[in-house]
Amino acid sequence: MATTLAKAAESVEYAARLEQVSKSFATPGGQQLVLDDITLDVAPGEFVTLLGASGCGKSTLLNLVAGLDRPTAGSITTDGRPALMFQEHALFPWLTAGKNIELALKLRGVAKSERRGRAEELLELVRLKGAYGKRVHELSGGMRQRVALARALAQESNLLLMDEPFAALDAITRDVLHDELTRIWSETGLSVLFVTHNVREAVRLAQRVVLLSSRPGRVAREWDVDIPQPRRIEDAPVAELSLEITEVLRGEIRRHGQH
Amino acid sequence: MASTETKTSPESGSVEAGLDALETAQPGRTPFRKTFVDKVVPPITAIVVVLVVWQGLITLKIVADPTKLPTPGAVWHAFRNDWLQGKLLGYIWTSVSRGLLGFCLALLIGTPLGLLVARVRFVRAAIGPILSGLQSLPSVAWVPPAVIWLGLNNSMMYAVILLGAVPSIANGLVSGVDQVPPLFLRAGRTMGARGLKGTWHVTLPAALPGYVAGMKQGWAFSWRSLMAAEIIANFPDLGTGLGQLLENARTASDMAMVFEAILLILFVGIAIDLLIFSPLERWVLRSRGLLVKG
Repeated sequence: MATTLAKAAESVEYAARLEQVSKSFATPGGQQLVLDDITLDVAPGEFVTLLGASGCGKSTLLNLVAGLDRPTAGSITTDGRPALMFQEHALFPWLTAGKNIELALKLRGVAKSERRGRAEELLELVRLKGAYGKRVHELSGGMRQRVALARALAQESNLLLMDEPFAALDAITRDVLHDELTRIWSETGLSVLFVTHNVREAVRLAQRVVLLSSRPGRVAREWDVDIPQPRRIEDAPVAELSLEITEVLRGEIRRHGQH
Repeated sequence: MASTETKTSPESGSVEAGLDALETAQPGRTPFRKTFVDKVVPPITAIVVVLVVWQGLITLKIVADPTKLPTPGAVWHAFRNDWLQGKLLGYIWTSVSRGLLGFCLALLIGTPLGLLVARVRFVRAAIGPILSGLQSLPSVAWVPPAVIWLGLNNSMMYAVILLGAVPSIANGLVSGVDQVPPLFLRAGRTMGARGLKGTWHVTLPAALPGYVAGMKQGWAFSWRSLMAAEIIANFPDLGTGLGQLLENARTASDMAMVFEAILLILFVGIAIDLLIFSPLERWVLRSRGLLVKG
């Protein structure tokens, strides 16, 4: 499994490279700058979390990296088309769990004869063996996000973009999914760019935490997280670093109340 | 699976399995008796009440003129006669085959038309309002022009069906496409479903509930239009459908036969809906978890 999913990552020195990326939107009050001069590399196999308060343009940034939108200035290069996972599962309700995954395979050009087996493998990877024929509405919130993860993995992209994928889940389910994501990430060698506003989640998962300031979004600070995996969200080192980051984040937010 | 590489705490998988079991809804089946009492008994009761009131009106001499109101027995007799003479199924088939053929043609025209209106901004601005306005035009209004254009023949009947059903089908598809959640389109695009692939794999299936609702309404309009057309285009060599049966009964002043024709028109329209369109709609909604068990 691990060998089939991991791509020849050595050939490129980054999974995503953002160089001086800016994005502004036209509003009734004129141009509004949402992202300002973002420079960021995601190395092959690296797990990076983007952290920020509301208004930091996290989702805009992911849309740009996913190629759903174009930057106003700067350039974004990715190693192939990234896969994207949303806060809502975004599974198609007219297909079963298995067929949702097969659609991603089909759109990638996988031969019909191989799709079924590959979809079952991916379901097994997210520990949903036997959910192949289940309809989306028959699955719990956590199970839906795991199918969505399997569907994203089916794209065999080197880079997985995740837009607050666990924000709508309850704490226990979220914990379990953190474990799953860490396991799958270490098994597959994927690069992950994970957006969240939850500091502990960011520290629990990442090798590197990037803090964005708000309005406009800029890279405010970065932390390397060298706490060994497996981590738990309530581990002391995780809590300690979270506290430090939270203080900086609060400082960033406070600036907005001062003028 | 490379389980040796697993770095997570060992109990994580079993917690997950427990969560999955707890949060998955248990499928249940409604017992037959309950379905019978909830769904079958009420309409039967309603029919019995109507029959009792009807017979009561005559027995109590509130309506004494049999040319105005025939007895239920006389209407039953009219049904029985046509059945025994082997004509009943012929009437029904003549109308149903026209209706369904006309409906299929309307589907063939309404579907691309709806897609065009939904996806091409210019076309939508040009004919969108007219298309939705046409739905409120009673299809009987198309009978006079259709007779003048095409004469009293089968083509005229199909033309009236098309004019009645095409707007419904097209509009259903348009509103179905309009209601596709943007998230589905984004998800589709990140997987590489753009352009025609996106339409085929994402937009159309996502729009299916609205499309089926439009089909259902389209059938109702087809059937009404056809009856209007049949009453006007009444020639023996065109074949006798239910509309012609009604018109013949009126010329013969046979009130029992008039009732027979009206009841047949009603029941056939309902039957087609119950046998084809309602199951289709229920299937579409249920498979998406959109149908809540009442």
